[in-house]
Amino acid sequence: MSVAGTQSGWDSFATVAQTKRALEARQVSAEELARHYLARAEILNPTLNAFITLDPERTLAEARAADARRARGEDGEAAPLLGVPVAHKDIYLIEGWRTTCGSRMLANFVAPYTASVVESMTRAGMVTLGKLNMDEFAMGSSNETSYFGPVRNPFDLNRVPGGSSGGSAAAVAAGLAPATTGTDTGGSIRQPAMFCNLTGLKPTYGICSRYGIIAFASSLDQAGPFARTAEDCALLLNAMAGHDPRDATSLERPREDYTRRLEEPLAGLRIGLPREFFGEGVDSGVLAAVEGALEVYRALGATTVEISLPNVKYSVPAYYVVAPAEASSNLSRFDGVRYGHRAAEYDDLLDMYKRTRAEGFGAEVKRRILIGTYVLSHGYYDAYYLQAGKLRRLIAEDFKRAYAECDVVMGPTAPETAFAFGAKSDDPVKMYLNDIFTICANLTGQPALSHPCGVDAQGQAVGLQIIGNYLDEARMLAIAHRFQQATDWHMRRPALEPMRASMAGGAA
Amino acid sequence: MSLSSNDIERIAHLARIAVTPSDVHDVEAKLTGIFRLIEEMRAVDTQGVAPMTHGLDMTLALRPDAVTEPDRREALLANAPASEAGHFLVPKVIE
Repeated sequence: MSVAGTQSGWDSFATVAQTKRALEARQVSAEELARHYLARAEILNPTLNAFITLDPERTLAEARAADARRARGEDGEAAPLLGVPVAHKDIYLIEGWRTTCGSRMLANFVAPYTASVVESMTRAGMVTLGKLNMDEFAMGSSNETSYFGPVRNPFDLNRVPGGSSGGSAAAVAAGLAPATTGTDTGGSIRQPAMFCNLTGLKPTYGICSRYGIIAFASSLDQAGPFARTAEDCALLLNAMAGHDPRDATSLERPREDYTRRLEEPLAGLRIGLPREFFGEGVDSGVLAAVEGALEVYRALGATTVEISLPNVKYSVPAYYVVAPAEASSNLSRFDGVRYGHRAAEYDDLLDMYKRTRAEGFGAEVKRRILIGTYVLSHGYYDAYYLQAGKLRRLIAEDFKRAYAECDVVMGPTAPETAFAFGAKSDDPVKMYLNDIFTICANLTGQPALSHPCGVDAQGQAVGLQIIGNYLDEARMLAIAHRFQQATDWHMRRPALEPMRASMAGGAA
Repeated sequence: MSLSSNDIERIAHLARIAVTPSDVHDVEAKLTGIFRLIEEMRAVDTQGVAPMTHGLDMTLALRPDAVTEPDRREALLANAPASEAGHFLVPKVIE
């Protein structure tokens, strides 16, 4: 097959598994694929704003190196994803690439080393397409806090793609990459996966190394993949997971093949439905799609049981203590001395710090630093951070009790589908409540994924969240895979061509 | 709970963030809203509950106390806003 730019016969919406097979069968080369997606990004990115940085020369050099590895016969078990393109959220350091974290603070920062997850994906043979837009320092649920402007949802350009990994979701949804990486601190993979009709996984805390990923809330941050299918997420997790001595919280355990259970039947699976996830505040279109998905699961042999997670209602308040507290500490490194923005004018060192940070951070990041500073300030530690830590345990115990009755927990990923730009940006609390179902898995450290399960009355994608017990990723991915074999919601494609025409006609 | 302008100025100083007088009221209003949300968890009885930071209750890994980092002075100084003679440059702090 000859692939040249977007005139080629390559399907931009091919899955990772399909891309891998085409590369292995020599139907396409890594360089042809890289050229294809770069050409597509050149056309669509000015509208979508999914990428912050593209560096075609570097990408093509990596692609040619992948082709050379295949020519030398290095394409076996050691490099299972050889030549498959991937784009990374701009929170992952990659040596020599500008890495901004969506912030003015790091607008000119060039990473001096590479994140462990990127290193291991490169070892697996993946080719880096570019760096993806995100909410500033991963703080946001709509990608509206990015210094580099918002990302548009490929399914409706007037709606947000979700956040904070909005660029990661939009890129796969628009066929700008077959797979991307994200990070999830409170829902930042799962909620954009829902908004952009993708499968997105937040693994168990400690599965993927945090080394080289710019820290937001260190006890919650976790790396994970975005792709069209659960099968793809399993292939990607194989390349992302692994013990790393450079991350003190990285789990030391044998390597696991996350694809090994994909063909397991669902018969006998017990699905727990927390009544707290199906109550008021959830949009009726979202509920209807989720109920429809549960019918599919029952038809596939699963049973459902109502459960209760009484302390989950404290997830959002506890999160808005833990995350800002840890962020205020992590972000203290941005002082205008060693890297990043420095104010042009100042009186003395203290004034330089204050002005640098006032100019370098956006409003949401500053709010969270202030909250964190307050809850950690003298005399408040027990009332806030310690209390939030205790609630984390109560929430984890809720789940532990639930797993006596069920194997996994299911519910909507978010209470409503993709919303319009500006709908929540003036009211932080309203924005925070969009993460009401995703945050609990970060507080407990459990794995959770979102997969497409239908649309609401406006045609916007609905995601089903599967929360599983610690280290149960392989089974959860198998569950989603069986669902995707029985349904085709995950194969929906955005109608980008007519939208592009209307955009060119001057729409906002 | 509600925060005063004085609270905002005190926290902003601790956080080393300049907040202009025109911003204080907006910051105060938004933070007060957020703290109203946070207050919901303060009333929960958690007596006797041990705080949790990691779901698998792992202990932090130890490593040998050995030098592993190579000398990368040039590469690391390349991102500095100001440097001189191999050092980060800051405003004068000692008279």
